[in-house]
Amino acid sequence: MTGLLIRGATLLGETREDIRIRGGRIAATGRLNAELDERVIDADGLVALPGLVDLHTHLREPGGEASETVLTGTRAAAAGGYTAVFAMANTSPVADTAGVVEQVHALGLQHGFATVRPIGAVTVGLEGERLSEIGAMARSRAEVRVFSDDGRCVHDALLMRRALEYVATFDGVIAQHAQEPRLTEGAQMNEGALSGELGLAGWPAVAEESIIARDVLLAQHTGARLHVCHVSTAGSVEVIRWAKARGIAVTAEVTPHHLLLTEELARGYDARFKVNPPLRRDDDVRALREALADGTIDIVATDHAPHPAEAKECTWAEAAFGMVGLESALPVLQTTMIETGMLTWEQVARVMSSAPAAIGRLNGYADPLTEGAPANVTLVDPAARGTWSTGDLRGRSTNTPYAGVDLAGAIVSTVHGGVATVLDGALRPADEVASAAARQREAARG
Amino acid sequence: MKHLLSTRDLDRETAVGILDIAEDMARTADREVRKLPTLRGKTVVNLFFEDSTRTRLSFESAAKRLSADVITFSAKGSSVSKGESLKDTAQTLQAMGADAIVVRHHGSGAAHLLAHAGWIDAHVLNAGDGTHEHPTQALLDAFTMRQRRYGADSRGRDLSGMRVVIVGDVVHSRVARSNVWLLSTLGAEVHLVAPRTLLPSGVESWPVTVHEHLEPALALDPDVVMMLRVQQERMHAAFFPSGREYAREWGLTAERFAALGPDTMVMHPGPMNRGLEISSAAADSSASTVLAQVTNGVFIRMAVLYLLVAGSSEERA
Repeated sequence: MTGLLIRGATLLGETREDIRIRGGRIAATGRLNAELDERVIDADGLVALPGLVDLHTHLREPGGEASETVLTGTRAAAAGGYTAVFAMANTSPVADTAGVVEQVHALGLQHGFATVRPIGAVTVGLEGERLSEIGAMARSRAEVRVFSDDGRCVHDALLMRRALEYVATFDGVIAQHAQEPRLTEGAQMNEGALSGELGLAGWPAVAEESIIARDVLLAQHTGARLHVCHVSTAGSVEVIRWAKARGIAVTAEVTPHHLLLTEELARGYDARFKVNPPLRRDDDVRALREALADGTIDIVATDHAPHPAEAKECTWAEAAFGMVGLESALPVLQTTMIETGMLTWEQVARVMSSAPAAIGRLNGYADPLTEGAPANVTLVDPAARGTWSTGDLRGRSTNTPYAGVDLAGAIVSTVHGGVATVLDGALRPADEVASAAARQREAARG
Repeated sequence: MKHLLSTRDLDRETAVGILDIAEDMARTADREVRKLPTLRGKTVVNLFFEDSTRTRLSFESAAKRLSADVITFSAKGSSVSKGESLKDTAQTLQAMGADAIVVRHHGSGAAHLLAHAGWIDAHVLNAGDGTHEHPTQALLDAFTMRQRRYGADSRGRDLSGMRVVIVGDVVHSRVARSNVWLLSTLGAEVHLVAPRTLLPSGVESWPVTVHEHLEPALALDPDVVMMLRVQQERMHAAFFPSGREYAREWGLTAERFAALGPDTMVMHPGPMNRGLEISSAAADSSASTVLAQVTNGVFIRMAVLYLLVAGSSEERA
């Protein structure tokens, strides 16, 4: 079998067509007849989307292999319909040199489940003091274009200004974790009536909004690109809307969990719901959904943050921040944005694939599902209904906030660069995917 | 009642019931043999992740007077300081046969977690969790107020008509939170006094009246003035400029104390910072209930242990 024929999919939820995949690319779309050397995927009733792109994934390798590895994380990504992930820099050692980012990038190539584009640290060791070797990372085989000290805000205004300017030299973007550190010392959850009642230190909205306000002004001043990670408050949306109206080069992401969950979940002190930035109020969830629908927020990014069980089986204050989200992202989007009529499938394809690829300067996602484009395809069953459980996870950690939650839709198949990574809802074996990916690379070179 | 985690979920009837049982317990203290056989054969574990000698001794004393076997487990120098998790510690204690675990922990929600995480099935009694709640402290405060007000005629009564002013570091105080919920459930009128920096967010939704200055609250002729302890470290975190300014603005100085009505009670959960939140004139006066609070703490803890441990085994039988 040298090719794939996806039969009867509804492209971007609009027209019913067949898709022929050859040599890692989309060879044709339309009404097609199966050829002898093709494997046929019956996609009747399924929606075909471009392979999803996550601009904010924690793969944990190197250093955090107890929680996730490049292999387990990209398998989780494939199971969630992703064909590319941007791997966050807070590994150990930190991704602040060409050596580390090339290693992570190479592991992605070797395993073949998804394209792994490392994110480089803005500052050495994420320490917020000296710029890391941004040029070397940009020119490395990993072609780093996104730089972030994620988890640590670049709070020093001068350093942020320099970083924006310097990164712009390499067509890069700073992805800022907007958190004023002094306003959030010891912070555990959204600051409000509930934090006051529960006796948990509050993470006030102003700690996010004040950094975003400063950063968009710095972006305006420098003319550089700024990307705001995981926007979580209605006030942040207002600031970004204002900045965009002024023509400032700012983009923003929202996580699936901030589109669905609220701070009320902290009430039982179950640390699965502890995340940074924290879950906010109903009003914030509503504002974030509206901002994603009207384009103020450009993309959805998972902030997939695997943690071992013991990092969550403890008191709230001692627990780690973060939740896994690759496998559940599209079902959450269908539940919150499609079923509410706020986005179409075509728009979901934009916010989860072409727009994040564009921000990260990842080629091959601009004209998805068209003849000649790289074959990154996700098939979704929009009619699927289910109650989410840890059994739906494919990564190494199980810290999902959705266990027991009803989510709509399911990923049926994923094709990454012409290689099927998920078929009929099941991940393909790692060795098969790795060797198919290797053959594809050989062919591309030949 | 399976656990006592918070005063927020106590209704009036249950709360008055606990105070009444504590009255019975107080009566036994006058007997020649003060020990009751109620919890003979039961094991009560005091699991203290935070140093608190007075609370620990109070619980130990309460459990011993009920004839329970008492195991005290302090985090310092134990397996906890070697990195053992709360889950493992709790399961170890359960495996040793703990019927009830009295837990004091620096993390808000620790008692809730022990009770609901599915790790253990022992009764859990919250002896203070982070800046969340300290329910037995509020119960002993309510008991003390009721006893001072009604004496031998206390039984069955709530705190209707009583006006309580709580002053100080509310935002970090589990004592304040537990008192706010319990006293308002018992019908008292609760006032909080603190600079804005020491008020929790969302306090406007609490069943209280908030004052930023002390004089207007004291002018209401309260039945009780409860002074909260000011932690020394707050002074270095810009909550207020200095101890001197705090004492001047929010302390129960000798002058402010002298201006109080003759029947106003002065309460403090202890340990006190004399000269800071409370003057010696107030602390050592006959209006002060500080020592009565300590005595009553044992009765309240006896009552709660009795209700949780003895009460439920009767249900099971």
